[in-house]
Amino acid sequence: MFRKKLTHSLKPTPLKVRESFRRFWPVKAGLTEEYNLAQSSQATGGLASIPALLQRNATLFAEKAAYREKEFGIWQNWTWAETEKEVEALALGLINLGVNEGDFIAIIGRNRPYFYFAMAAAQSVGAIPVPVYNDSAADEMEYILSHCGARYAIVEDQEQVDKVIEIQEHLHQFEHMIYIDPRGLRKYDHSALHEYSHVQNQGRAAHDEFINELKARREKLNYDSTCVMLYTSGTTGRPKGVVLSNRNVIESAKNSSEFDGLGADEEILSYLPMAWVGDFIFSLGQAYWCGFCVNCPESPDTMMTDLREIGPTYYFAPPRIFETQLTNVMIRMEDSGDLKYALFHHFMDFAKTTGEKYGMPKRSLATPDLKRRIKNAWRYGMGIGFAVEAIVENGIRMFFTKMRHGKDARKHFKARDPLGLNLYRGSLRDYFKYRTGAVLVYGPLKDTLGFGRVRVGYTAGEAIGPEIFEFYRSLGINLKQLYGQTEATVFITAQPDGEVRADTVGVPSPDVEIKIADNGEIFYRSPGTFVEYYKNPESTADTKDPEGWVATGDAGFFEEGSGHLRIIDRAKDVGKMADGSMFAPKYVENKLKFYPDILEVVLFGNGKDRCVAFINIDLTAVGNWAERNNIAYASYQELAGHPRVLDTIQEHVETVNKSVAADPMLSGCQIHRFLVLHKELDADDGEMTRTRKVRRVVVADKFKDLVEALYDGSPEVSTETEVTYEDGRKGSISATLELRDAAVVSTAAKVAAE
Amino acid sequence: MSTQESYVTEDGRTIGPTVMEMKNITLRFGGVKAITDISFDIREGEIRAIIGPNGAGKSSMLNVISGFYVPQEGEVWYKGKKRPPMKPYQVAEQGIARTFQNIALFEGMTVLDNVMTGRIRQMNAGLLSQAIWKGKAEKEEIANREAVEKIIDFLEIQAIRKTPVGRLPYGLKKRVELARALAAEPSILLLDEPMAGMNVEEKEDMSRFILDMNDEFGTTIALIEHDMGVVMDLSDRVVVMDYGKKIGDGTPDEVRSNQAVIDAYLGVAHD
Repeated sequence: MFRKKLTHSLKPTPLKVRESFRRFWPVKAGLTEEYNLAQSSQATGGLASIPALLQRNATLFAEKAAYREKEFGIWQNWTWAETEKEVEALALGLINLGVNEGDFIAIIGRNRPYFYFAMAAAQSVGAIPVPVYNDSAADEMEYILSHCGARYAIVEDQEQVDKVIEIQEHLHQFEHMIYIDPRGLRKYDHSALHEYSHVQNQGRAAHDEFINELKARREKLNYDSTCVMLYTSGTTGRPKGVVLSNRNVIESAKNSSEFDGLGADEEILSYLPMAWVGDFIFSLGQAYWCGFCVNCPESPDTMMTDLREIGPTYYFAPPRIFETQLTNVMIRMEDSGDLKYALFHHFMDFAKTTGEKYGMPKRSLATPDLKRRIKNAWRYGMGIGFAVEAIVENGIRMFFTKMRHGKDARKHFKARDPLGLNLYRGSLRDYFKYRTGAVLVYGPLKDTLGFGRVRVGYTAGEAIGPEIFEFYRSLGINLKQLYGQTEATVFITAQPDGEVRADTVGVPSPDVEIKIADNGEIFYRSPGTFVEYYKNPESTADTKDPEGWVATGDAGFFEEGSGHLRIIDRAKDVGKMADGSMFAPKYVENKLKFYPDILEVVLFGNGKDRCVAFINIDLTAVGNWAERNNIAYASYQELAGHPRVLDTIQEHVETVNKSVAADPMLSGCQIHRFLVLHKELDADDGEMTRTRKVRRVVVADKFKDLVEALYDGSPEVSTETEVTYEDGRKGSISATLELRDAAVVSTAAKVAAE
Repeated sequence: MSTQESYVTEDGRTIGPTVMEMKNITLRFGGVKAITDISFDIREGEIRAIIGPNGAGKSSMLNVISGFYVPQEGEVWYKGKKRPPMKPYQVAEQGIARTFQNIALFEGMTVLDNVMTGRIRQMNAGLLSQAIWKGKAEKEEIANREAVEKIIDFLEIQAIRKTPVGRLPYGLKKRVELARALAAEPSILLLDEPMAGMNVEEKEDMSRFILDMNDEFGTTIALIEHDMGVVMDLSDRVVVMDYGKKIGDGTPDEVRSNQAVIDAYLGVAHD
């Protein structure tokens, strides 16, 4: 019933609009052919800026939902027409406050429609929005705000207001701050502090006065004017401001939407940081281009519930999210009933080989038409019969197994296919069996995870574990990988439907050219290629050559045959061991990180004769394991240092060593010694970026004593580490860590044996 | 000190005239005197703390205010009228809500349902209307749910809205209890050790909520607390009790420099 509420109908629009609609905006995949991919603003129908797209959507999709946010337990709705009104009011308000063309407006907060309105409003008045990570510490924020010289900031609540006030005296250009949530802010000095709704009201009041000014400013925007400035996460050194033009954003959004056949019917959940280029492209670029609906969760904690309620059709998440979800599923299955447990594993094993063939959603509209609905019903209908049979038959067998083995039944019971399936042979049998599994396991599981309607899902940012990737694919979720960068406006390569594999990142996206340098570094050129790094011509020149080729800093190669790109590692992280063999830390780290027990690994060994590693355990997975094995622990630190945990980790390390040794190029990267860190690597301590990538140099420097101890062979080491709390206060934790030797496979012996 | 005139505090809040006054309260349990001849007042919009060592009679005092105990001697004046001995529900109807030292929630019910129980006073629909859920009952439920959702949003417990209270950790239960008290839209909120057994972070959150509540809804708050840092930071005025007697009353600074209070806390031998 809930789903029904969410569907919407397109209000009949005047014929003239319809005409342009058909020409410039393909409703269904397949209509794209009449579309040529010329790189001029002509191809986008003169829609050369985000505000222009908003104007189009407000007429074309007037009554269709554009943004939703759950507030007070109900999904609040803004149609495209309402969105346009909100944006206009805010834009007028901004002019009223004195925003000039070319000003920078910092946007600090979690994903909320108001901030998306704010971005469009800033663009409408010719200013440049600069989204900032809302969890960044005050000094990180200070750097960004002073670097771009922001005169205005639009922030979420008291927390952010306090942060900006704290750094305000160091910001010379800074003038006004606008906040959304007035709570706790009543007593603040309001001379330079404004409430969002008041700014809008003032804008509405001054409508007649400023509307012409606004229109004039909006007209001036063209394909080359700056659309947004995004700061890179800064894996190395200070963040850099990447300037993206309207051309970058709109062309990228257009190409990628066509690549995946996205339409106005898509629903997405926007929960990734607004300062990240991906969110900007998905929730603003593509949403404005296609006119689909962006849903914002109620609070960061309710993300999973909201995901399930919305049932997005287009979904994006970094591998970490998929890992966490899979870990949760597995933990909950361990706690489930014996019959459920057996059926789950029986059907998941089957799906591993058949999911690709029978499970993938067909390209179609997100809201299925009648024909598709009947087809779906028929498919489910077939499955239901066999599903009932499977439960009854396995239930009876389980009953007898329980009589015999009591509590150990789980170990002695294996689920079987329903007998009825024997009526069929070969692929028909597989097809029916997959349908049975869809009714019993895949469907309900997808629904619980919130992936019930996902047509296109992407993961990027890091390598995803092959098992994790296959798990989601086998459920019939069209999860794909893409490779991208802020500098490329996300898309460099992506996997087309039907050519999806865990170890590649796909073929070049439409209009993207790629070349590989002699040292393996990947270069690209595309309409999405960024304009420049703001106030940093040296870095711009280093990264982008006069012909427009951009260095990615990643090393990779095109696979023979398939033409898919494979990434090895960051080009500068790839080093040499003392004996001259290749040192590719990420390759080994990823292999280890695919174990659910292990959250993070940092490998050292560049220029040394052997490799050592720091390991972070995953508290959820290891904590659950500890509970099931009656291991008591009081803190993260205690659990991380538990001998049995170390044993398990050692097993993982040794298994990985074996698999690394199998690759002659990288066999030198085997881990000789390791330790399990007493604290989780954290962005607040500067050990990771806000996008949770390890800052190798910082970690190596901060834990210098530990690295030394790993190399000098001492059996344990005492250390004290400074930690920073979320509010910026500092404390310290001290610990004595046990260092362990891991067995390595001697490559010399192997060579001799051969 | 004149207690009938409003004044504005340093941080810009308006403190109104006296809303509740205790006059010479004495409470005995058999031969034990829990409270001996205590008088103090609570002004509108202020945060009033009651502190004292263990067994000083703080909770008994709060129970007198909320009507759980009827004092043997003394008078309670509320909004300019002398209050006759009352049942707790009658006190609640007058706009006084409270939380408990040991959490008293319905463990099997969800957070939402628990907070909804706080709105009982606002529900007047008849049995029949409630049973068929039409007309008045439906309208009331929607209005009350909206009020409750605002409180859920205020206290940031959206993520546990549908979770049974029994499954929640202690810190969150405390917050749910606060939500339920707040749902009654009280004019005076009595908090019995809202921060007992919490870690620093949870205490900071709770302090934030108490200040925001006072600021946003203008709720008058009387609280018992052991954490001196919290009390001195939060409250406008403090009553100090020891062995059932009042030994100090005034602003946090006055109380801090009061010799009797220092003695009580540092443990000087009593004559």
